[in-house]
Amino acid sequence: MSAESARRSRKPRTTRATAEFFDLRLYVAGQTPRSIAAVANLKRICEQHLEGRYRIEVIDLLERPQLARGDQILALPTLVRKLPVPIRKLVGDLSDTERVLVGLDVRPRSPAKS
Amino acid sequence: MLDDPSQGPVVSIMPRVKRKGVGDGRRTPVAARPVPKARTGIQGLDEITGGGLPRGRPTLICGGPGCGKTILSMEFLMNGARRFGEPGVFLSFEETVEELTLNFASLGFDLRPLSARKKLSLDYVQVEPNEIQETGAYDLDGLFIRLEHAIDSIGAKRVVLDTIETLFSGLSQTRVLRAELRRLFAWLRTKGVTAIVTGERGDSGMTRHGLEEYISDCVILLDHRVIEQNATRRLRVVKYRGSTHGANESPFFIDESGISVLPITSLGLHHRVSAGRVSAGVPALDDMLGGKGYFRGSSVLVSGTAGTGKTSLAGYFAEAAGRRGETALYFAFEESAAQIVRNLRSIGLDLEPWLRKGLLQIHAERPTTSGLEGHLSAMRRLIEDTKPSAVLVDPISNLISVGTSVEVKAMLARLIDFMKPTQTTALFTSLTPDDRHPDATDIGISSFMDTWLVLRNNETNWERIRTLDVLKSRGMPHSNKVREFVLTSQGLKLIEVVRRGGRALVGSERTDFRGDSGGTPQKARRPSSRR
Repeated sequence: MSAESARRSRKPRTTRATAEFFDLRLYVAGQTPRSIAAVANLKRICEQHLEGRYRIEVIDLLERPQLARGDQILALPTLVRKLPVPIRKLVGDLSDTERVLVGLDVRPRSPAKS
Repeated sequence: MLDDPSQGPVVSIMPRVKRKGVGDGRRTPVAARPVPKARTGIQGLDEITGGGLPRGRPTLICGGPGCGKTILSMEFLMNGARRFGEPGVFLSFEETVEELTLNFASLGFDLRPLSARKKLSLDYVQVEPNEIQETGAYDLDGLFIRLEHAIDSIGAKRVVLDTIETLFSGLSQTRVLRAELRRLFAWLRTKGVTAIVTGERGDSGMTRHGLEEYISDCVILLDHRVIEQNATRRLRVVKYRGSTHGANESPFFIDESGISVLPITSLGLHHRVSAGRVSAGVPALDDMLGGKGYFRGSSVLVSGTAGTGKTSLAGYFAEAAGRRGETALYFAFEESAAQIVRNLRSIGLDLEPWLRKGLLQIHAERPTTSGLEGHLSAMRRLIEDTKPSAVLVDPISNLISVGTSVEVKAMLARLIDFMKPTQTTALFTSLTPDDRHPDATDIGISSFMDTWLVLRNNETNWERIRTLDVLKSRGMPHSNKVREFVLTSQGLKLIEVVRRGGRALVGSERTDFRGDSGGTPQKARRPSSRR
């Protein structure tokens, strides 16, 4: 996966704003309503604002608890922006779209470019 | 009394708990049995808590920065892993694993072998203040999962969370955090681990964020205060549900061997007593003490003003121990070892052979090198290591410079309590400023002392006459006569007062009268003598 992300991130883009590829990792615990909401919210936001230049990996810590340590996960759900650097962390079910966009440092793309 | 800490006090408290349980119907009535405890293995702490921390429950340890929370917690885990077969998880919110390992290595604790053998799991939980964007509802399941994973992977029975309040700096929704902490502590209970949760002392409450609201099984307060430039650490068990505990503040000390808590009264008055006797090193003094000297395992106080011969008397006692083939430990707070040896040689007493044979050890230190607790702890350790039959402290009055007389008294009481069970005979010297009015310290400590010898300097008839008398000596017939106490190059002599015509003759009067040296060949006869 990482090789593919790397390849895709090297693709030349027309503008600097659209050049960035977002590698996102969402940590959840089980299929709780909150987890499901977070996954749905993230997919919606990415489709609207990062179409074609994102990758989402959902990690269920109940299945892989050892992964919580690496990304210093405390609160759940936590969204980690692995790329572009620097790494950023967002906690919560991602229901506040404005805060998610600010947190991910994504400017809504102008209609002309989409 | 504390040999069997779980018994006794608990029995008296349990029926009340039981009645309450039946009455309010919430608690299931249980048979009267003590709260199960997990030993900390920390010297003194298990005594105060009557056997350790509440097993399977969280304990809150709070105190200001640098008061020893982390060390105490880590020692709890290390002892658990090494001595009690209980692996432990240390979740640090403040220091990284590398920092922890380094810091403990500098204290002389190597955490790596225990980690390697999976007896200890160290994890650093990073909380970046204000770096986390909050985008909606969340909980702390991530922390729970990490903790559970750590516990399960090594089968941990002990857990430390140090300092969980750091979470408040990273997450802004205080209400959520509080609910989650409550859930965390409840979860720890169901998990059955004995946990220590540390908290920083707050301005209003015991901790900044009121952790004491959630953890009420056992709360221990650590304190680090400076009194007249000397830092003293203290520990107090504020509360211990379902168990009696020492309520006093107990001084504690941190050094290479970890934490030592020194309970104010750890032994009580239950030690064995000996009818055996040891020579004071001066035959004439033994005569005054029922002909046999001090009781073995007793405490002797030698008090007197400057230059009355206290150290000489101590030297004789140390030398006598050496001659019996017994070990003596000499704690000198005024003179260096070389100085003591040289000075005693001037009265014909040679300590050198015993020093060489290792039967005598002199530890000279300025009182101000550490606080009272530091001295006490170091002395206890040396006594434990060498197991001497005699201990000398010369002089205890110098310790006043690092503590109040109340503290010195408490320290001596603990030192004596510590030596009694091993039948160690202790001799303390004390410098008193005034002959007629013994120092307050002397009066304060005299009640711990079995034998009290008073040395005086009497200035009469143009000369100073040293005298010795036995102010008290428990449990033995002792002389009530004042003896003349003479230091000569051939040794220390106690001379019975010579009477002539209803008048006591001392000093030059006596030697003149006897026409011999009377054991004072070096003493020049004074022309000023009127007879």
